[in-house]
Amino acid sequence: MADQDTIDLVKTIEVDKYKYGFETDIESDYAPKGLNEDIVRFISNKKGEPQWMLDWRLEAYRAWLHMEEPTWAKVHYPKIDFQDLYYYAAPKSMAAPKSLDEIDPKLLETYAKLGIPLKEQEILAGIRKQGEPSHLDDEGNEIIAGRVAIDAVFDSVSVVTTFKAELAKAGVIFCSISEALREHPELVKQYLGSVVPQNDNYYAGLNSAVFSDGSFVYVPPGVRCPMELSTYFRMNAKNTGQFERTLIIADKGSYVSYLEGCTAPTREESQLHAAVVELIAHEDAEIKYSTVQNWYPGDAEGKGGVYNFVTKRGDCRGARSKISWTQVETGSAITWKYPSVILRGESSRGEFYSIAISNGRQQVDSGTKMIHLGKNSSSRIISKGIAAGRSDNTYRGLVSAHRKATNARNFTQCDSLLIGDQCGAHTVPYIESKTSTAQFEHEATTSKISDDQMFYCMSRGLSQEEAVALIVNGFVRDVLQQLPMEFMAETQKLIGISLEGSVG
Amino acid sequence: MLTINNLHVKLEDEPREILKGLSLSVKAGEVHAIMGPNGSGKSTLSYVLSGRDGYEVTEGSVAFKGEDLLAMDANTRAAKGVFLAFQYPIEIPGVATMQFLKVALNAQRKARGEKELSIPDFMRFVKERAAKLNISQEMLKRPVNVGFSGGEKKRAEILQMAVLEPSLCVLDETDSGLDIDALKVVADGVNALRSPDRAMIVITHYQRLLDYIVPDFVHVLSAGKIVKSGGKELAHELEANGYAEFVEKV
Repeated sequence: MADQDTIDLVKTIEVDKYKYGFETDIESDYAPKGLNEDIVRFISNKKGEPQWMLDWRLEAYRAWLHMEEPTWAKVHYPKIDFQDLYYYAAPKSMAAPKSLDEIDPKLLETYAKLGIPLKEQEILAGIRKQGEPSHLDDEGNEIIAGRVAIDAVFDSVSVVTTFKAELAKAGVIFCSISEALREHPELVKQYLGSVVPQNDNYYAGLNSAVFSDGSFVYVPPGVRCPMELSTYFRMNAKNTGQFERTLIIADKGSYVSYLEGCTAPTREESQLHAAVVELIAHEDAEIKYSTVQNWYPGDAEGKGGVYNFVTKRGDCRGARSKISWTQVETGSAITWKYPSVILRGESSRGEFYSIAISNGRQQVDSGTKMIHLGKNSSSRIISKGIAAGRSDNTYRGLVSAHRKATNARNFTQCDSLLIGDQCGAHTVPYIESKTSTAQFEHEATTSKISDDQMFYCMSRGLSQEEAVALIVNGFVRDVLQQLPMEFMAETQKLIGISLEGSVG
Repeated sequence: MLTINNLHVKLEDEPREILKGLSLSVKAGEVHAIMGPNGSGKSTLSYVLSGRDGYEVTEGSVAFKGEDLLAMDANTRAAKGVFLAFQYPIEIPGVATMQFLKVALNAQRKARGEKELSIPDFMRFVKERAAKLNISQEMLKRPVNVGFSGGEKKRAEILQMAVLEPSLCVLDETDSGLDIDALKVVADGVNALRSPDRAMIVITHYQRLLDYIVPDFVHVLSAGKIVKSGGKELAHELEANGYAEFVEKV
């Protein structure tokens, strides 16, 4: 598909409120409905996995059977019937594409519609002329976006990973986790479950048993990954859970920046998404992980939408390592998500930057955990919650210091912005310190958009919705500027779209 | 360009009338000064013209370029060419001034069915105008009005006006909070925008501003009505004699 067509197509679907709500009509291979050991075997077999992987999955499944769904979050939803779901769906044409030319054009079209050009030459060309500034950054400087390598995951399988050859030259491994199991089993075996064990929590247990695909990244010692890496998750099949697993390892002194994006079709039934992400940063390594989550949020009455129950955790394993989570959460009916950092290494650094927007009937319970174990470890949390409509938005965060974590430092700032008078914003910080040398600071604010601000913007020509979008984008600026440049403009737009209908 | 006929306005949730039969006609190319004591309804007039919520027009009409201005939302009025320079410009934390200008200009262009300016064209366009108002690149990167001095805020308002190129500019107490040097810069900025197709309504309490922005007409607003109109010499009369004469008349 030509560049201009892609742009035009994306523009025409932008008029919809949830512009990613379309469904791709494609024939899929399903596992039989329901969950038991045979299903776990079926998935493992489909993927041609080694025996140890199957054993690992079965171990997880057996542990999961004895676990209970968490109920402490401030979210409410009907009980999920785990036997009424499909645990594996893959486009039939997906048998084994060797190159982009072999990929079902319908899939390419889907991603083009989502504004994700998968053909490398199109990415190379960009969706604009080379060298032409694409947008202004938050300070009004002109930005020329760079290139991004993409792993596209459609339902249970990875469709394609772009720029693999170029990355390989730098020694960076970027592929689907299924491929990593085939090509680099020793790395997967060494690291899988080392941050989030199979029995960590209910949803992580379920994921460990049935995860279908996801991305794998390994950056060798001393290498700075030459481009942004990105995974794009698309949930298409009906009544199907999506359980992706992402594993990122930054070896000594390396650096990688990774972004995931997610969308799903508009459906009346709710869809379950239970992902696990594990990050490992060795000595002096840095991982920057960004998420732009835009799963279908359900309709205005709260019908349908994605249940997003996700476990994300990073391990600052080596001294002076650094892990930074940035999340922009605009979609999902329910979000249950606490990207965390274990600050094991001496002088390691953890960061969590979050924008959580809830509108309509959305429920968000999200935050982070900063577990300080190493000496002189430091962490920073900036959370911006925006509640509109009749939604509920909770920040829940834990900052803890082990007795050995001398001189641990944390700074937390939680700001809430309320739009209208029927929504709720809540801040639930937990602070535990076992060393007297730790310094933890917590600041919190709650505010509303003022009539003066609205009028000022409108008197300059902005519509009510544009005014809200602009003011909210200003409110979240500190977090927005943590995102890779390539995604900032899109994210600003997304923030506006997700707040449509929140005023007036 | 603008015809205000017998305008009566009250606050939505209060019975008291603020404007009580105000009439005014403004042609393209003219600069009208509206002077009056505190509480005479000057700011209300500026808000009613620019479309702020909370006011109720109980009688009268306002025609702008032949259209019913009062039927339009604030943003529609802006796109049609109405601009209000605020007495107290509002802060928008986290939104760079440059970004704000771009969003505002593009929103208006879109509403008029015009194409958005490309980023390089837009940057050039703003930088030229900013330089004339002594506004630095650094200031354009700062969030809208946040931490601006009084003078910076007013210069930023005039920059917005210069970028949005309205056909009717309403300046509400633009001189308040300005020292004489800042006043000159702002007045120069305003004067540079005077043109045969543009009208201005300059609302002010003091005559001082009118030494720099010389009006074609001066009107005295008192207790919600225009009680006297004249040429620029009327401003000097007021400066000499105060508003007492007009306040008593009512």
